[in-house]
Formats: sequence, structure tokens, C-alpha cells
Amino acid sequence: MPGKVISYVLDGLSAIPAEVEVDASSGLPSFTIVGLPDAAVQESRQRVRAAIHNSGYDFPLCRITVNLAPADLRKEGPLFDLPIALSLLIATGQIRSSCQEGLVVLGELSLSGEVKTVRGILPIVRRARGAGYQRFLLPAEGAMEAALVQGSSIFPVSTLRQAVDFLRGDLVIPPLEAPDWTAYGQEPVQVSDFAEIRGQETAKRALEVAVAGNHHLIMVGSPGAGKTMLARRVVTVMPPMTFEEALEVSEVYSICGLLSKEKALLTSRPFRAPHHTSSYAGMVGGGSNPAPGELSLAHHGVLFLDEFPEFRRDVLEALRQPLEEGRVQITRAHGTAVFPAQVMMIAAMNPCPCGFRLDPRRECRCGAGEVRRYWNQVSGPIWDRFDIHLQVPPLSLEELTGDGGGEPSVAIAGRVARCRALEAERYASFGIRTNAQLGGKLLRRFCALDSSEQAFLRQAADRLQLTARSFDRTLKLARTIADLDSQERIRLEHLAEALQYRGAVDWI
Amino acid sequence: MSSSPSSRLSGAPGEEAALRFLLRKGYRLVERNVRSRWGEIDLVCRKGSTLVFVEVKSRRSLSAGHPLEMLTPAKQARLRRATFFYMMRSEHPKASYRIDLVAIILDREGRVQEITHLENAVEGE
Repeated sequence: MPGKVISYVLDGLSAIPAEVEVDASSGLPSFTIVGLPDAAVQESRQRVRAAIHNSGYDFPLCRITVNLAPADLRKEGPLFDLPIALSLLIATGQIRSSCQEGLVVLGELSLSGEVKTVRGILPIVRRARGAGYQRFLLPAEGAMEAALVQGSSIFPVSTLRQAVDFLRGDLVIPPLEAPDWTAYGQEPVQVSDFAEIRGQETAKRALEVAVAGNHHLIMVGSPGAGKTMLARRVVTVMPPMTFEEALEVSEVYSICGLLSKEKALLTSRPFRAPHHTSSYAGMVGGGSNPAPGELSLAHHGVLFLDEFPEFRRDVLEALRQPLEEGRVQITRAHGTAVFPAQVMMIAAMNPCPCGFRLDPRRECRCGAGEVRRYWNQVSGPIWDRFDIHLQVPPLSLEELTGDGGGEPSVAIAGRVARCRALEAERYASFGIRTNAQLGGKLLRRFCALDSSEQAFLRQAADRLQLTARSFDRTLKLARTIADLDSQERIRLEHLAEALQYRGAVDWI
Repeated sequence: MSSSPSSRLSGAPGEEAALRFLLRKGYRLVERNVRSRWGEIDLVCRKGSTLVFVEVKSRRSLSAGHPLEMLTPAKQARLRRATFFYMMRSEHPKASYRIDLVAIILDREGRVQEITHLENAVEGE
């Protein structure tokens, strides 16, 4: 009788149940895996054979055929090792049980029969739970991830023997207790704080506005002005993630094998600062078996791109659509994988190749052509994605040595949280959450101006030669500034501040 | 299905030794030196309900490598083919069977120095 065990295939963030069937028949002994397996699955033959043998079971001398169904779906990775081994032991009568019915099994095997953790446990268990599966036999090492999914019974095993004994009914494994995640956000592990940065009050204010409305921001400033320091602290003023958001981010980390074994849930917003040499696949995601990139690893957090013009042009252009849609879609011949990518993008660049163009104390060595070339590396459409263009001046000596730290992150975070709550409440029935997402009709509706403000903005737009897009972005920014000010109507001072953040670096 | 010709110098004493060895281990001889157009099978034995085809490799010197290393992919393919057609023509074509290797090292006078029996040496594809 063929053995059958249910496992799962991960395709992007969607998971599809896969039946692992094993048939053992007479004939010249052989061990074949069919059902579109990749190299790692083919190699599982060696691991399964050794693990079964070294765990004290019989590896039968007969024709063994393993079928991974559905056969038209690519199977990858070592997560089928344990299901294949168990299915084989069932097929050869070494496990007599129907206990595996409705049980989802994942796990890699070592040659000695240990069960090792695999990538993507969290998304698989979440999807499988959604599809109605409740019982999971998982590697003990990665089982904590699965415990995040409510309503699931997780049975952790660390050796093949334990798994077999469990199926035979000889071993009772208590289901893993789910930790109390309702209290998960109450341990803010902030390594840095805005209070540590002296001066740069304008920049801090701009960052506060950016976070409050989730606007993308680009900083232009000389080396040493503190651009990176500022960017790193942005996550400390963002509102804590909801449990659902934390799960979404953790899923991406689970696929990349980046979750910690003990905690399994990412509780603080991610801050990703990929190097400017990053490849297309590293940034956006990709590969023949699509994997998430930095953009998805920064989901619900900050993607910081230092030395912005130095990034490869195609990489930057590839960011445009995902930033707009909040998700990355990777299309390959055999299907499409979708990863989330709702990020706040913060870019930083020098004003010129040598970096000292804005510094009154240093001489800039760059020729006009060089500077133009440097700036031209950032295309107009990409430049347009940034709602806030911020000039970060080099710190003067007084500011550096002045005593008394800045405002602590907690205080800023409080204002941001109030503002975000206001936005969320206002847009609750419109499917968006932040001012940055405003567009078209919603923009006209929620950023309506009184006549005097209207006239002011028209005049400013004329003088500054704002494009239509720039005009809209100014309005959105003004909305956020008004929200921070707890004002229903957008007033002159809000518009004036918003205009400051537009075109502040256009003179270069 | 005759016995081997005298020209195969080291094969004959090796095969004798292998057969004695297997008989002691409880195997029963079914046939020797089965030749067909698909290849040659040195020994056909039976152990329980399993038909065991045995390839015997013997060497007088290790200078060309251990006899266990002699089972080249080409030789394996020949064995698979030969045993497959043997099974097709047998009374129980669906019976379980396997291919074993017996490696023998002889000294200069043809005395057995060492015998190694490798079960299931050639797997199906």
C-alpha cells in the first residue's frame, strides 16, 4: 500500500499543499523521485536513505517511487525530506497508522536522522491553517514560528525516531504552547534615539512629517552631516506594528531564514540599508525560484538608500512600481510570485561627487559638468517619488558642542502616533491608511483649500514652477502638517512649510 | 549456459570461491554463467524469495585498484539490461531481485586472500 503524507510547497508567499506519495514494489532496487523536483529535492534521496538507516529502520531493497503531487508544480528545497522518509516507512509497513491524515509535515533530515529546520515555516503554516489544516509535525528548531498561528496544533520533533514514534502512537508530544503575543509590543528595544542628535532641528521636523504621513524622503547633505544617523532613528518614532503587520514582516524573514529561533516574531519595524552595489534581484527580489529582496525585507519599515545616485540605474527604476503598489510582483515563465513592499523610502546623497558643495567651510572641487552628471543619475520619475526633498546642512561648531540633547524619540513618536491615528480614522472607509496614499478624487476631497490658501498656493506654484504632480505632493504634505497640528483645514502656515520641503534642492 | 572457458584465468577460481562463500551464507545456486546477447551474469542465486544476480570481480594485484572499484557505469548498465531480460524470460518476472557484487583478491598462486560481498551493488534507474 502506498504511503501518503501531506507537505507544502512555497511559491512566493502563496503555499500549495503537496502530497508526498511513496510506492514500494518489487524489482531491481531503486529510489526515484518524480513530480518536478529540483536539485535539492533530488538530493533528499541520499539524506533520506542515510537517515532511515542510521535511525535503525530498514531501507527496503525494492523499487521505491516517490511522487510529489501536483506534478506540474516545481518542488524546491529540502523540506520534503521528513515527509518522504515517513511516507516511505508507511509504504513498507514500518509505520502502521492513519495518524498522518490531516497532518502537515515539513522538515529537512541530516544523515544521522536529526530533523532540521526549513525556510518559510511561518507562511506555510499560516496558509495551511487558512486551508483548514490544524495539525503540524515540524522541526523543533523552527516550531516557534508556527506557534504564531492561532488555532494550530504544533508537534515539534528533533529526530526522525521521534516523528516515527509519534505516528506510531508510542510517543505523545504535547502541542507547542503559543506564547502570549498580545503583550508582544511592550518591550521597546530601541538602540538609538533622536535625543542623541544635537541640532538638525529642520531635518528632524521634516522626518517627523515624513513618518506621520508615510512620505518618501530624500536627504541631500555633505558627508558627516548626520544623514545616516537621522535615517537610522526614523524607525524609533514610527508607531508600533500591529500583530498582523508583524506577522506579515515575519513571513518575509521566515522565507529568507532570518527569523530568530527563540522569538520568531519581528517586533520592531525593520530598517534595511542595502549597499549601493546591490543587484536587481537583491533589491527587488528575484531568482529563478523567486525570493524576496531588500524591498520586501523592509516591509512596514524603512528602506534606507545611502549614496542614492550610486545605485544601479535599473535597480532604482525597478523600485518605482513596487513603491507605488506596495508590493513586488516577480513574473517567471512558470508563474508569478508576489511579495509585500510597503516601505517608507529614505534616500541620502551628497550634493556633488566630492560632497562639499553645501559646506561653507570646505571648498567644492567639482566642475559644473560633474555635478550635473551626478544629479542626472537619478531620473526624474524616481525623483518624483520623494514627497520631501530635504537639505541637511553641515553642523556648525556651536550646534555640535551645544549641550542639552534633542527631543527624545518617545515624544516624537507620540505626536506621530496621534497623527497616524487621525489619518487611519479619516480614511478607514477608503482602503488607504496614510496621507501619502492620497490621490485623485480623495486628494481633492481631503485637501480642499479655502480661497486665500488656494490663491497662495497658485501663486507659489507659479513662482516655483511646480508641475501638476509636484502641486499634488505639496498638498498631501500640507495635509500631514495640518494633521500634526490637529487642524481640520489646511492653513497658510501648513502650505508654507510644505513648500519648504518641495524644491529645496532644485537650485543645484 | 556452459562453464567458463579455460582462457579466463583469474575468473574461474574467483567464481568458485565466490560460490562457496555464498553457499555458506545460505544462498542457493540457480545458474552459472548465463550468457545472452544482452550480457553475461556470473552467478544466479536465490536467497529466500529474492533472486540474487552476482557479479564476481577478482584480481591478483591491487595495482589496478580494488575489485570493488571495477564496476564501471557501463558494466552496471550491462548488468541491469542482462538481469532485466533474464527476469522477462523467467517464470516469475515480477519477483523481487537484486544485483550483488562479490570482490575477491587472490594471491599469485590463486589462493583467496580476501572476499567482500556487496549487496545491492547495482541499483535500478
